[in-house]
Amino acid sequence: MSVGDFIRNSQVWKSIFRHPAPRDRRNRVVVMLTNVFLHLHPVSVRKSGIALSYTWCMGGLTFFMFLELTVTGVLLMFYYRPTLEHAYNDILILRDVATLGILRELHRWGAHAMVITIWLHMYRVFLTGSYKPPREFNWGVGVILLVLTLLLSFTGYLLPWDQLAIWAITVGSNMARATPFLGYEGPGATFLKVGDVSLIHSGSDARFILLGGRFVSGETLLRFYVLHCVAIPLAVAVLIAVHFWRVRKDGGISGPL
Amino acid sequence: MSDPQTNNPGTNPNPADKPQTGVTANPAPTPAAVTAKPAAAAPPKPAAKPAVKTKERRGFLYAMFGTAIGIAWTTMTASLGLMTLGTVRFLFPNVLAEPPSKIKVGFADSYEDGKVVERYKDQHAWIVRRKDEKFGDIIYALSTTCTHLGCTPNWLEREQKFKCPCHGSGFYITGINFEGPAPRPLERWAVSIGDDGQIVVDMSKKFQQERGEWSNPESFIKV
Repeated sequence: MSVGDFIRNSQVWKSIFRHPAPRDRRNRVVVMLTNVFLHLHPVSVRKSGIALSYTWCMGGLTFFMFLELTVTGVLLMFYYRPTLEHAYNDILILRDVATLGILRELHRWGAHAMVITIWLHMYRVFLTGSYKPPREFNWGVGVILLVLTLLLSFTGYLLPWDQLAIWAITVGSNMARATPFLGYEGPGATFLKVGDVSLIHSGSDARFILLGGRFVSGETLLRFYVLHCVAIPLAVAVLIAVHFWRVRKDGGISGPL
Repeated sequence: MSDPQTNNPGTNPNPADKPQTGVTANPAPTPAAVTAKPAAAAPPKPAAKPAVKTKERRGFLYAMFGTAIGIAWTTMTASLGLMTLGTVRFLFPNVLAEPPSKIKVGFADSYEDGKVVERYKDQHAWIVRRKDEKFGDIIYALSTTCTHLGCTPNWLEREQKFKCPCHGSGFYITGINFEGPAPRPLERWAVSIGDDGQIVVDMSKKFQQERGEWSNPESFIKV
């Protein structure tokens, strides 16, 4: 008995890999369906599904960028503290002193790349008519994913806490105070009131809850950090699952219209 | 949906149209009786009722609070709703680490005519003393927030103007905008003389020139 056979017949191996490696169609299906990672994938795909000229692989690339950003992001979290005293300096440390601090650049370039691949992916989907029924809901899910990705870019931009970051977020968040009804400088701001006191003012409107204060401050940094690292990625992950599921159920990737 | 020609109650081609609930469907169609009552989860038990009570009134409240499943759904919806509201309220901070909105900026005679004092720029105020055409010798406090998109302009002494580095908005020493994308003049903070005689700048109140609010005596100090 060879070493390989000995290992493959051992209790340890068989407790992990319940079925032998795929050798025929039925066994391949069984292996896929009984593995938590593999069962997320379709058992088989159409040949046209991997044809680059059909899909440009932009959706797949976007997902890959998302994974890359998650991995580099988690690694960066070991060296970055989202406080007023430390944020800017921690980025400098990553840039100048930390081993392979280029991870920070990989994260930033990855963000740019992900936005680019998203737009190319949407362009491809549009050109191939893959938004038409029965796929129109998935297009909607994709648009929400686009908005969430742009929000990830927006929240992440503040984290280095330099002049560019603070002013960009100041300008961007100032839009929120013009929201109808929910912004203190927007139309209908005095609509929601109790007696004479307006419920919507600079300390209680949509911009206030976004910034955690009345202007960009330490609270904003922490809030954007949590949004950027936890809240929005969770929402994106759930919607990615929905998005991929719908691709399969609506006729498969590169399926006929 | 009986066949009007015969006496047989016709077979209902769409039994699913009837408002069936948890009750197992009675296949013999009795359309009038079923559609008359609003949907209820449990049928009444006529035999067990005391003779005095009339038939129990079934309706929305019964469905919500009289049945076990109704209570369960109502409780779940209510608690989910309350948790959502609670989460939103949680996200509004009660404590803010902000600088004080009222600052003391010294005595009126320490201010030179025609000069912009930048000592309090980090606290978001320029103090200016000048001879106004209408109100005479006055001191006022300008907000350091550009009215275009919120950056902080710089006071250029030699050119006697505030110039915003972000998009080039320009303001005169009065605060009036004259160049660049700023749509309106810089705002004034409320100023007053405090108990010790010092000028107090109150940044919780602002006065906008384009609304005519600069005539308000709270927006300047007459020297």
